[in-house]
Amino acid sequence: MPTYTDMTRCDGCGECVDICPSDIMHIDPVYRRSYNIEPNFCWECYSCVKACPQNAIDVRGYADFAPLGHKVRVLREPEKGVISWKIRYRDGRIKEFAFPIRTTPWGSIKAAGEYEKPDAAAFGTQMLAHEPTALHIDALPTLEQKTIPAKQAKA
Amino acid sequence: MARRTRFVDSDILVIGGGFGGCGAAYESRYWGRDLNIVLVEKANVERSGAVAQGLSAINCYMGMQWSENQPEDFVRYTRGDLMGLVREDLVYDIARHVDSTVHKFEEWGLPILKNPQTGRYLREGKWQIMIHGESYKPIVAEAARKSATTVYNRIMVTHLLMDTVQPNRVAGAVGFNVRNGDFYVFRAKAVIVGAGGGSHIYRPRSVGEGMGRTWYAPWSTASAYGLLIPTGATMTQMENRIVLARFKDGYGPVGAWFLLLKSHATNAAGEFYEKDRYPEIKGRVGHYVDIQPMPTCLRNHAMIEEIKAGKGPIYMHTQHVLDTPEKEELGWEDFLDMTIGQAVVWAAQNIDPKEKPSELITSEPYVMGSHATCSGAWASGPEDCAPSDYQWGYNRMTTVQGLFGAGDTIGGSAHKFSAGSFTEGRIAAKAAVRYVQDMKSNTPRIDEGYIEELKQTVYKPMENYRIGRNEIVAGTVAPAYITPLHGLQRLEKIMDEYVGGYSMFYVTSENLLNRGLELLQTLTEDFENVGADSLHQLQRAWELKHRIVTAEAVARHTLFRKETRWPGYYYRADCPKLDDADWHVFTGSKYDARTGEWEMSKLPVHHIVA
Ligand SMILES: Cc1cc2nc3c(=O)[nH]c(=O)nc-3n(C[C@H](O)[C@H](O)[C@H](O)COP(=O)(O)OP(=O)(O)OC[C@H]3O[C@@H](n4cnc5c(N)ncnc54)[C@H](O)[C@@H]3O)c2cc1C
Ligand code: SF4
Ligand code: SF4
Repeated sequence: MPTYTDMTRCDGCGECVDICPSDIMHIDPVYRRSYNIEPNFCWECYSCVKACPQNAIDVRGYADFAPLGHKVRVLREPEKGVISWKIRYRDGRIKEFAFPIRTTPWGSIKAAGEYEKPDAAAFGTQMLAHEPTALHIDALPTLEQKTIPAKQAKA
Repeated sequence: MARRTRFVDSDILVIGGGFGGCGAAYESRYWGRDLNIVLVEKANVERSGAVAQGLSAINCYMGMQWSENQPEDFVRYTRGDLMGLVREDLVYDIARHVDSTVHKFEEWGLPILKNPQTGRYLREGKWQIMIHGESYKPIVAEAARKSATTVYNRIMVTHLLMDTVQPNRVAGAVGFNVRNGDFYVFRAKAVIVGAGGGSHIYRPRSVGEGMGRTWYAPWSTASAYGLLIPTGATMTQMENRIVLARFKDGYGPVGAWFLLLKSHATNAAGEFYEKDRYPEIKGRVGHYVDIQPMPTCLRNHAMIEEIKAGKGPIYMHTQHVLDTPEKEELGWEDFLDMTIGQAVVWAAQNIDPKEKPSELITSEPYVMGSHATCSGAWASGPEDCAPSDYQWGYNRMTTVQGLFGAGDTIGGSAHKFSAGSFTEGRIAAKAAVRYVQDMKSNTPRIDEGYIEELKQTVYKPMENYRIGRNEIVAGTVAPAYITPLHGLQRLEKIMDEYVGGYSMFYVTSENLLNRGLELLQTLTEDFENVGADSLHQLQRAWELKHRIVTAEAVARHTLFRKETRWPGYYYRADCPKLDDADWHVFTGSKYDARTGEWEMSKLPVHHIVA
């Protein structure tokens, strides 16, 4: 395929169409459900699978080297900050894993323009936004100057 | 067909919302509070570019806060890995800033693994730190989206626009909306290109339905080079295309397995082939073989020779290292966070890594400027440390006025990876803000006739199809046009067979290259007859164009550099050895769009770090 849509689960919402980096999830005009229009440009990136609110998309490994009978399923829960995987082998064995995906609430990042406006002096230096503070050392290294000593190692 | 034209004005136009582009959008806003910053992306910034699926490591982090590494150490490392040739000023510049980028990522919510004993970031290797990176791209995209004035998703940029008064100055870009077909004209005072490197320049090992299973994403269509080359921007190191050693078929990464889990690879007989091949490699490249760690290309070389000698399969012995549940999780997360296809291969082929080893192989070649390789544009360096002939103005500005780049776009600075590409976007953006302020009253001018001409060009593949389609009943075989896929497969075959692809064991020569260039010329001509039956295929057509232009640059650079600088990435069979006397230089090229001529040059290498 590698992705395919379960006809009975999909409600044609278009989330997968919106997200696919390869622009290959499209809505079929007759059935009003999504499908992969160009499987040979699919990367099995799972962006569409993670985005589908109906869990309607699955992946069947590339036919040229993946035997049938396996499944790699995913459930991404952004509000909980967790992603869970369930892997079923061709011979039936199962492996399950869950990993954290984000430590702060979605939407909480400050735009660059919300920080205090830098002054003209900073603009004239080699320093980038939030430096040197964000470097966690006292000054931006330059080639003339020897190594900047590290601050006390933080735990 | 009448297509609407939409004009968008901006101060800074960022093309491509991947790691370089997101860094550029963020930093432009930080310094340019009242500037109009436009980000344009062919997919959706939320999940676009090489990091769409996530990553499990950040491969460029110094750790200056703990004195783990200094920027100078990183310059020495990349210089060694690239066998003497990196733009040390650019590499140094990224290294000194990259820690602030990574600390910002952590503050934004990216989970970075910690070493429980030391409390420091958990190192995978000397330069890499481990992350839970499934949402790496959405997190970074949130920062960029909020910082840009406007983000345009689903617009494929096809051409850069040049100023009508000053021929060597950029004035914006044009493209089309892949959903509704509108033609977009972006006028800008400065342009930052972060449009990504190139997969599918060479024939992939995977076939048929699986052909999208390349190591670099199939949507990495070399636009970073395909947009720049026609402007006459000087390019460098385009012959330095990279071959990756990865888990076979799935292309799962090997870094965490070698470096963190301390797994090892052998040939089928269980022999440690790398060290056995030392004398032969020494004969080819001399002292470069003794660099620690051994340059990436030379490790490839050892594997390629082993496979040629019939000693494969090469195996990664994962079964020896997964002795705790934590290590098993780490091993799987490495794939699930960044190459899910590899987990699919294990499940499908009944390979439990705790029980069985897995095959390794070398990939088809890719063209990119941010990994263990450095193809891309020749850029002006940082004002405080670039030698004078690396400096003609603003940091990260190409040889075209007002045209900046980041990530895969900029040549000569390898090993940027994700955090380094974002950092380079930041560096370019600060310089672009300065450029815009300096140019205050001098806005680029664009001629209406020129726009109209470009508009015709952009939609021509659909016109070709509309007319040519009437000659046939159904199907894809038409006398008047070829599809974008046909063109892509022809390109891949030419590059594979003449310019050192996997089926040639990466070998080429002057005669092969000259023949390859003849065939590329006819493909360039045939591109005029590509037929697109939809806006989606129109996007594929322009992706093909960007790949063809890039491929020609690769072939020309490889022909010009008469040595084998990076055995394991490619071989000039007629110049098999590394030749520092003549070639301790960068290769340069400049394309003249009016005449179709390429001007090749040697550009100087300055060692600024001892
Ligand atoms: C499988 C894999 C594993 C990797 N592992 C690691 C790792 O562990 N650690 C690490 O640090 N790095 C890793 N990298 C490398 C890292 O992803 C890249 O170095 C980095 O993403 C390059 O940034 P960029 O901005 O140049 O390109 P990208 O991030 O690819 O961004 C390019 C953007 O431009 C857009 N675009 C392209 N063409 C056009 C056009 N014509 N018009 C409009 N938009 C366009 C694309 O859609 C994309 O969003 C890995 C990469 C891959 C593929
Ligand atoms: S996201 Fe899911 S439900 Fe929505 S169109 Fe796609 S497959 Fe159907
Ligand atoms: S897996 Fe990725 S490339 Fe394939 S259809 Fe889904 S989003 Fe697109």
